[in-house]
Amino acid sequence: MAEINSSSISQNEKKLGYSFRNTSAGILFGIGVAAFMDESIFHQLLHWHHFYDKSTTNAGLVSDGFFHAFSWFSTVAALFLVADLRRRNAFWPIKWWGAVLIGAGGFQLYDGTIQHKLMQIHQIRYVEDLLPYDLVWNGSAVLMIMAGSIILYKTQRRKSISGGRKS
Amino acid sequence: MSHDQIVNVTTGLSALFLSVGALLIVILYIGAGLSSSRHSRLKAWPWYRYISFTLGIVCAAISVIGPIAAQAMSNFTMHMVSHLLLGMLAPVLLVISAPVTLLLRSLPVRHAKVVTSLLRSYPARIINHPIITSLLNIGGLWILYTTSLYSWMHTNLMVHILVHVHIFAAGYIFSASLIYIDPVPHRLSYIYRSIVLIGALAAHGILSKYIYGHPPAGVGVQEAQTGGKLMYYGGDFIDLIIIVLLCYHWYKNTHPNEALA
Repeated sequence: MAEINSSSISQNEKKLGYSFRNTSAGILFGIGVAAFMDESIFHQLLHWHHFYDKSTTNAGLVSDGFFHAFSWFSTVAALFLVADLRRRNAFWPIKWWGAVLIGAGGFQLYDGTIQHKLMQIHQIRYVEDLLPYDLVWNGSAVLMIMAGSIILYKTQRRKSISGGRKS
Repeated sequence: MSHDQIVNVTTGLSALFLSVGALLIVILYIGAGLSSSRHSRLKAWPWYRYISFTLGIVCAAISVIGPIAAQAMSNFTMHMVSHLLLGMLAPVLLVISAPVTLLLRSLPVRHAKVVTSLLRSYPARIINHPIITSLLNIGGLWILYTTSLYSWMHTNLMVHILVHVHIFAAGYIFSASLIYIDPVPHRLSYIYRSIVLIGALAAHGILSKYIYGHPPAGVGVQEAQTGGKLMYYGGDFIDLIIIVLLCYHWYKNTHPNEALA
């Protein structure tokens, strides 16, 4: 019994030591997944988004290009980071999920406010009344960021790692 | 030189010479791989490298000779297909096949030392720096599609050949400067190469969308849109190979050594 305890303590220490890597892997994966869903669902399946909008500013084109490239890279990089954490027995799923929510929400909020509105890359859907779409889009982004922040806050201390170990 | 003469190059007698040349290179590579594998002190040359090299040469060849190359002269979508094959897919496949390593294995030590000292030289260091190779590769594409070079390429044979040689060579050094499979004396960190790769990927994507909105001279709106989209998504797909290899090399290299811990 004592042996099991001490091994789980050292595992928890390990997860704490790789806390930053868990968080960054989650954020990168969240950004990648949000961008991938944006591309596959809204561009390819629904055809709501347009590939190129005549009103796009040059800054918008550049911003879109960098975000697309970064998210494409980070999806792959995040998966390799998770594989690395797993082989070190340092993968911390709850913390990772919290970070995924922050990454996905952060990307969606940036996309919905700065890229859609400020830089006019394209709109969510080309309809008369865009407001409900914008509200759902950015509202869900804010919810994801809030949920992710709560999870990250709750997983700051070691007792949160596996079922509330005392002291 | 006229447009028709250049089309002839892609299908006529010079096409025959080029295909024989491509075949000879593949035979040379396979021969070198097999004969160097006979040495008892060397490991057998991996089978996947033979496949990768052959496919790489095939991709490069069908983009400059044969039906795709001939259609690329007047059809922008086909031009983009050949661009993806010659400038991106062929180079990545050839880098995976590690031709420099094979050369070093096959040469006598005295000559191999000349090659390694060339690799260590200052010019080689410059030409294998990812920022330089990105500028040559993606910068070259920006010049090609935003100036009159694109239409010039279809009327002047010399320009046509030079542009194709540049696209292929720039694509190769770009891939080789990001994924280290052949020996690289001046190595840069994973994070450095990743950042440069993201920048190059972004510049490629931006150019694709720019072409979509601003067709090069002589290219119709519809064709520019199809070609731009093809460049964007096709480029993403081939860049994915580079991204995965770069990350995989990082993963292998940071392997935790439990035995020493």
